[in-house]
Amino acid sequence: MSTIDKNAVRHVALLSRLSLDDKELDLYSGQLASILAYISKLNELDTKDVQPTSHAIDSLKNVFRRDIKKASLPVADVLANAPSKESDFFKVPQVIEGK
Amino acid sequence: MDNLYSQTARALKEAMANDGLDPRKILDQLFNRIAAVDSRIKAFVLVNKNAAQVKTGGALSGIPVVVKDNICVKGEDTTCASKILKGFKPPNDATVVRKLKEAGAVLMGKANMDEFAFGSSCETSCYGPTHNPWDLERIPGGSSGGSAAAVAGDEAIMALGSDTGGSIRQPASLCGVVGLKPTYGRVSRYGLIAFASSLDQIGPITKDVTDSAILLGAIAGHDEMDSTSVDIPVPDYTKALVNDVKGLRIGVPKEYFIKGIDRDVQESVKRAIEIYKDLGAVVVDISLPHTEYAVSAYYIIGPAEASSNLARFDGVQYGLRAEDAKDLIDMYIKTRSKGFGNEAKRRILLGTYCLSSGYYDAYYLKAQKVRTRIKEDFEKAFKACDCIATPTTPTPAFKIGEKANDPLSMYLSDIFTIPANLAGLPGISIPCGFSSGNLPIGLQIIAKPFAEETIFRAAYTFEQNTDFHKKRPAL
Repeated sequence: MSTIDKNAVRHVALLSRLSLDDKELDLYSGQLASILAYISKLNELDTKDVQPTSHAIDSLKNVFRRDIKKASLPVADVLANAPSKESDFFKVPQVIEGK
Repeated sequence: MDNLYSQTARALKEAMANDGLDPRKILDQLFNRIAAVDSRIKAFVLVNKNAAQVKTGGALSGIPVVVKDNICVKGEDTTCASKILKGFKPPNDATVVRKLKEAGAVLMGKANMDEFAFGSSCETSCYGPTHNPWDLERIPGGSSGGSAAAVAGDEAIMALGSDTGGSIRQPASLCGVVGLKPTYGRVSRYGLIAFASSLDQIGPITKDVTDSAILLGAIAGHDEMDSTSVDIPVPDYTKALVNDVKGLRIGVPKEYFIKGIDRDVQESVKRAIEIYKDLGAVVVDISLPHTEYAVSAYYIIGPAEASSNLARFDGVQYGLRAEDAKDLIDMYIKTRSKGFGNEAKRRILLGTYCLSSGYYDAYYLKAQKVRTRIKEDFEKAFKACDCIATPTTPTPAFKIGEKANDPLSMYLSDIFTIPANLAGLPGISIPCGFSSGNLPIGLQIIAKPFAEETIFRAAYTFEQNTDFHKKRPAL
């Protein structure tokens, strides 16, 4: 495990779709470094032959259901919370470069 | 019956059945109480003055219930105490809300919380902090701090919270009420806005153990809308309320009585264990050797899953959208940077880092392996005991602002509650004493998966033989 510098935080912020100003970058770099230093305690443990637990309930396997047609939410309900919409669609800023 | 707002659901149910108490009176008194004290406690983010009972005759007929602001109530603002969800009105009820309505409960409002349940103090809410009814300068705990403070301050009869690393038990402990995190899979999370999907669980916060059993019975059970809910029958939990622990083997793990734990907390919990001995329980010394690694594993797994779950808040389908974006990616970035608070950003960054290329094995996978060790500790321990008794928190409630700039020290306040989440086990916090400063102290009881009845038996017996749960803060 390694520590985290400002460049790494900048990169992670981009992956997270967050923008940080210089003050935030300083703050989070320092805080994340000290959290990661604490977390590195896990390296004390040898876990070579240990199976990972992704889920606490052992008995739970994939859950399937019959493929039966059911009513879904009305479009008006789905769009009711949209910050921007047009006819039956969510409206977003332009994605493809245009003319 | 005086002061309806300070009664338990069980007492109110009896008064409605035997003395013709009008349920509207309960609601009126609660609204008056909220008007009198909530400007100081700030437990509510929404009070629904038009709340009405939709069904009668169920287990909670006429009983008002408050839910945490991350649980969807159809058509009512549900914001996770975050700017990014301001104004969001869910198109559906969460399954627990549907069940409450079917049981006759009255959904009277939404309780404050840490933003997206990220916190142990209720200070990260975009609405500002909730105050502990026992000492208004102190935090109520978190993240379900509004739910716990509302019940402790007699602004609510009962409430729902959610618990990912202690977010029901820790505030219940610090507010002197009863908080239960059920077994992972016992209660449907459909309609609970997700934080960490392998850990989250919804549960009751109540004034006593009987109400906890009543409320769990109303919300538990399999739900096809949540594939992690387990299809096993829901027992009548009130039948487990037996005043008898003779022969019950209670494990006491040495790793939970460590340096740095508050002296009053340690003494109250040790005294509680003596009370159990006097009542005929068999106290067994046990060891959970990987306890000290739980916080580290949790602060990888929790943020990693959260960073993924919170990707959906992008300004497209609901909530906030930032203006003046030059393209789609810019809209995502501006919306998220504006909408999320500090702690949410910190956890998204931490979680994304732990999942990012080159670090996944070292962090996320490693944490999942340590999680296995922690789970095995409990499995081994439960061969020698039926349940485990520990302090719920290392200290009583701390002051507002005390840990706000030190995330790591905040994270360590969940040191005793996190292991049960990692192992998927049920755990309760019940009042077991008061500090020299008159702040509540909680006893945590953990049991095997789906052994909530063992927890209720142990907790009910303690409650029947002590008076801690009867004390209320002076407001």
